[in-house]
Amino acid sequence: MTTGRKAGAVILEIDDISLAFGGVVALQGVSFDVRAHEIRAIIGPNGAGKSSMLNVINGVYHPQQGSVAFKGHRRHVVDPHEAARQGIARTFQNIALFRGMTVLDNIMTGRNLKMNSNFLQQALYWGAARREELEHRARVETVIDFLEIEHIRKTPVGRLPYGLQKRVELARALAAEPELLLLDEPMAGMNLEEKQDMSRFILDVNDQLGTTIVLIEHDMSVVMDLSDRVVVLDYGRKIADGTPDEVRNNKDVIDAYLGVAH
Amino acid sequence: MQFFFEVLIGGLLAGVMYSLVALGFVLIYKASGVFNFAQGAMVFFAALTTVGFISMGAPFWLAVALALAAMVALAFFTERVVLRPLVNQPQITLFMATIGLSFFIEGIAQLTWGAQVHALDLGIADEPIEWLMGNTGMNVSKFDLVASGIAAALVAVLAVFFSKTRTGRALRAVADDHQAALAVGISLRRIWVIVWMVAGFVALVTGLLWGARNGVQFALTFLALKALPVLILGGFESIAGAIVGGLIVGASEKLAEVYIGPHVGGGIESWFPYVLALAFLLVRPEGLFGERRIDRV
Repeated sequence: MTTGRKAGAVILEIDDISLAFGGVVALQGVSFDVRAHEIRAIIGPNGAGKSSMLNVINGVYHPQQGSVAFKGHRRHVVDPHEAARQGIARTFQNIALFRGMTVLDNIMTGRNLKMNSNFLQQALYWGAARREELEHRARVETVIDFLEIEHIRKTPVGRLPYGLQKRVELARALAAEPELLLLDEPMAGMNLEEKQDMSRFILDVNDQLGTTIVLIEHDMSVVMDLSDRVVVLDYGRKIADGTPDEVRNNKDVIDAYLGVAH
Repeated sequence: MQFFFEVLIGGLLAGVMYSLVALGFVLIYKASGVFNFAQGAMVFFAALTTVGFISMGAPFWLAVALALAAMVALAFFTERVVLRPLVNQPQITLFMATIGLSFFIEGIAQLTWGAQVHALDLGIADEPIEWLMGNTGMNVSKFDLVASGIAAALVAVLAVFFSKTRTGRALRAVADDHQAALAVGISLRRIWVIVWMVAGFVALVTGLLWGARNGVQFALTFLALKALPVLILGGFESIAGAIVGGLIVGASEKLAEVYIGPHVGGGIESWFPYVLALAFLLVRPEGLFGERRIDRV
């Protein structure tokens, strides 16, 4: 589904990133870029460094070498809380929701950075704090409508089935109105129907909200359907970069996935 | 029957004082999953700092304000020196660190202000309420009633703060998942400082009330132990639980002393709450209001 309509300017530029944990090399000189409004997939066999790449982008990991430029601000080291402030939101491979809180409260935390009443007003639930709370609650409702989770608003997240938890996590990320959305295996562990729902939501987000999306996914048919361009990592190196069709026919990629006789 | 109610009310009011201590624990536990062993030391430190400034000639409100400033400084210190270096460590490590912190705070408090017992006068007499005495013949302390009022106000503010505001929600979010909290743009450091400041404020209120009642002395640090049965009964992460737990402990220990005590030779007030808590652990280990954790395997 490469339509070519999404030739936006480069919004995120990864330049020569290397990351190692002690002696284990996770990423080695990886560079690629992401254009505004596109869906960019990162694929690769297990242990290829896909999640590490995402963690570098939003500052969970600090690379030994290289830099990340988001909207023209080039950084060597990013702070996760700073990345969120700049408009990067994400979901996690193993669902990182606030399990004891309701769906609504979880999504409200996504609005955290948009709210700015001071501590004293909040302590007294007074004036700006109260007004702000109601205003943001309304914004959260639109996200809830968008992802069709109205019926579970008040349910504690820990009680929801896996597929719905994934959707709530996406809702929390969307509540922050991000410019760049990082999705770490949004469809892992889902059945076919849930995968189709999630694919539809990802396309809707990209289409209707114009959000730029970087996603990691194992299901190849999903990746080929959703993404505009694909980066392929293997053992921490970039081995291919291009449209789904280009990547599919790349010899290195086929070798990496199917193995090759030495 | 009138005697029964007198004991019950006295117990409930004393229970509110226990609730206050437990509240400090709940706040920090809710926000960081750490059982803060230093809460008792903080109560002692806050009360001693207040009477210290008063004995230097400061007016009461100024002394309280200065003590509050000291608690805020302590919050920043704790975040910088204890919590930040131990981020992502197992909870038991943090728990051990708070034990160390409690010795440190106790030491600093006594080094600065000396180890004598100080009296603290809040200007509220610990005497029976005459109206109630005259009309019903029940002996209920005016001091206890005022203390309960203060505690109730404090709890109401905290409850709204936790459930309705951005910072309150951020506090709960941090308690649940550090990684996810960072990803939605919550600054862990800021949250930790805030929660220790709030716990410090609660410690100050607790210290003033307990100090006025029993004298400001080292024994205040043992209040931490009194909070344990309250927390087990009420649940570690619930503000409502701390209140109800405190009331149950207060009422049951007084009633037990009066009605069961004589049959077993008396003196059961001091250990009855622990037995109650033990029995409770067998039946409902997460407490009355605690969260029952369901782990998927």
